[in-house]
Amino acid sequence: MTAMLLDLLRAARGAGVRISVAESIDAFRSAEVVGYADRQVLKDTLSLTLGKSLEDKKLFEDCFDLFFQREMVSSGETEAGSRSREPGEAGEHDGLASLSAMLLENDQAGLAAAMEGAAEAIGASNIALFTQTNMFAWRILEQMGLPELDRDIAHLRGEGADEATAERLEQMRAALGQQARAYMERQLTLFSAGTTRDIREGALRNVRLSQLDRRDMDRMRALVRDMAKQIATRYSRKRWQDRRGHLDIRRTMRRNMSFDSIPFHTIWKRTRIDRPSIMVLCDVSGSVAAVARFLLMFLYSLADVLAGLRSFAYSNHLIEVSDILARREIDEAIEEVMKVVGFGSSDYGRCFADFAEIAMRNVNRQTTVIILGDARGNRNEPRIDLMKQIFERANRVIWLNPEPQSLWGTGDSDILRYEPFCHQVTSCGTLTQLERVISEMMQQAQ
Amino acid sequence: MDTHFFDRIPTIESVRIGLASTGYIPSRQISTAVFLAMRLGKPILAEGPAGVGKTELAKAAAEFLGLPLVRMQCYDGLDESKALYEWKYGKQLLYTQILKEKVSAVLSKDDTMDAALARLHEFDDIFFSERFLEPRPLLKALQEPKGAVLLIDEIDKADEEFEAFLLEILSDHQVTIPEIGTISAIVKPVVILTSNNTRDLGDAMKRRCLHLHIGYPDAKLEEQIIDSRIPGIEDSLRRQLVSFVQQLRGLDLRKLPSVSETIDWARAILLLNATRLGTEVVHDTLNLLLKFEGDMTMGGKAVGEMVHKALRDGGVEA
Repeated sequence: MTAMLLDLLRAARGAGVRISVAESIDAFRSAEVVGYADRQVLKDTLSLTLGKSLEDKKLFEDCFDLFFQREMVSSGETEAGSRSREPGEAGEHDGLASLSAMLLENDQAGLAAAMEGAAEAIGASNIALFTQTNMFAWRILEQMGLPELDRDIAHLRGEGADEATAERLEQMRAALGQQARAYMERQLTLFSAGTTRDIREGALRNVRLSQLDRRDMDRMRALVRDMAKQIATRYSRKRWQDRRGHLDIRRTMRRNMSFDSIPFHTIWKRTRIDRPSIMVLCDVSGSVAAVARFLLMFLYSLADVLAGLRSFAYSNHLIEVSDILARREIDEAIEEVMKVVGFGSSDYGRCFADFAEIAMRNVNRQTTVIILGDARGNRNEPRIDLMKQIFERANRVIWLNPEPQSLWGTGDSDILRYEPFCHQVTSCGTLTQLERVISEMMQQAQ
Repeated sequence: MDTHFFDRIPTIESVRIGLASTGYIPSRQISTAVFLAMRLGKPILAEGPAGVGKTELAKAAAEFLGLPLVRMQCYDGLDESKALYEWKYGKQLLYTQILKEKVSAVLSKDDTMDAALARLHEFDDIFFSERFLEPRPLLKALQEPKGAVLLIDEIDKADEEFEAFLLEILSDHQVTIPEIGTISAIVKPVVILTSNNTRDLGDAMKRRCLHLHIGYPDAKLEEQIIDSRIPGIEDSLRRQLVSFVQQLRGLDLRKLPSVSETIDWARAILLLNATRLGTEVVHDTLNLLLKFEGDMTMGGKAVGEMVHKALRDGGVEA
């Protein structure tokens, strides 16, 4: 049972449920309490201990069903399996290998058990990639005694004694091959889901945003959302912090005036923790078209989880999009923003003028201004003066440039002229970089 | 955990029967969770939309086990002094004022400052004893002689610091009060935390708990719940009501009606002496099920069709 449960846990991890060692111990303890007899109860129990959110539970329960669907195939007892693999033990089909005998007797339970046993012997649960399916299937057959079976067929044919039986065995051999392949495919879905996904996601995190494929959008969206959520929960929680032990004498005296200033009620000092107020300016012009969607996606997710974030989008002019992002679903919101300001040719000067008009009065010592863009203004007047003004008013100004640093200042890039008026200018071409920069920024904003 | 618990609930089924006897009809997962929580001494973290019976579960469990229910409502800014214990500061002050003369009488024998202080030290435990301790819910739950059901309601409303502070109590069932020492639970309480998921709880917290998600019940379970809460209701009418609410949950509403709303609605329908659903009576009482104007308009449009289907499900010719 222990091995079975361990396999299940491994499969669940592969399916994306996070299970720590402590949680597996919990799972074992609770499984012991309820027993293994009732599968439904076991499923409920494990889902209670292992699933930590609704999605986790769903993943786990699907995995559980898949796992035991596999077990169902081998409904035969394991003893039958081990016995049937011993050679030279067959009733009416004397002189034939055990596998051939089982096939002729159509002993489904025995065959399934033998397959299960063989799979275990070759470590079938180590399968990681779909290209390995055939190889593993072949090894299972070999372990089950395929060579002997082939010998039997050849023998029957060679003697010419029993052509019909040979023919039957031949057909069954083919069917068995299919079964083994199907078996390995199930194993693959159970145990390798995690590996392939991890590889893919790991790659996505580090691929340049401008190189991303359209079909990776969904996966990317989930990654971006997770990231934004993580960042936001890390930094946006507390508003007040008690400084316990520091008496607020002024307020205590006032409060206890009616008791002749004997301090019956004490009031302690506390400090207000400022939520950073953040403004994000996001470039959606033609030059960054490939990246714009992801930047917007990130902006959307961040706005979703961070209260008080104001977002702006710009290309040849700038508008505030906080409203659109708050009201619409992510796809619609991105479409709408792109429709209103997207794909224009950048004019940074004009955009900063727009920004100054809309929001400059709200930029103050608590504000962090983040600018996402390549600073390629098509040789328009860059309005460094406005940038300077923002820089002087804001707590921090951060410029995130999707271009690699080697391209800065080439052609119509004004980034080097803006640089003196930013607290930080960073190249952020990949999701990992984006996360790191934003996370650092939030830390400093605290 | 005390042995008498185990005698009361030998199986999951016995938990189900016990909870049902108090009028709370649990789903399979819920009874499994309660059973496990008591066997393993782990807290239950119940998540789910408002009104599906998370708080009710704690009440029912307390009633069925015959234990007192200690409830702590969480909110932003909740801290130890409100959750665990507080010194009765006023009482301490009052007593020192009253005992002023006693104190000076005791101290009058000493002529040096040092001697007086040393004497005073002999008495300082008096004012920091359990007599001056105001137990708040958490401490109260630990001190209950027979154990208790501790309900920590809406833990997601409390801040992260408080969550971290809870961890200690939830895993060790004890608290440390600097002036007195460590107070351990006499009998480990059964802890039920509820959350509406307004924010994600920490992983450490989730790991320690059995994570129970209570969703909207299916038609069969909901009928049983209605039956237990409103005993006199007719079979056919009950089926119609449940069918209607189940259909309503299929709509794209801002706030879906939960079980508590179904119960309220059923009561209202009974009060109106209706024997079967009708478009008119539903329109009149829809505000019991739907709480937003937008939902009302959207739900209102579909009423005719849904009533029709509900009547068919209830075995009545429309």
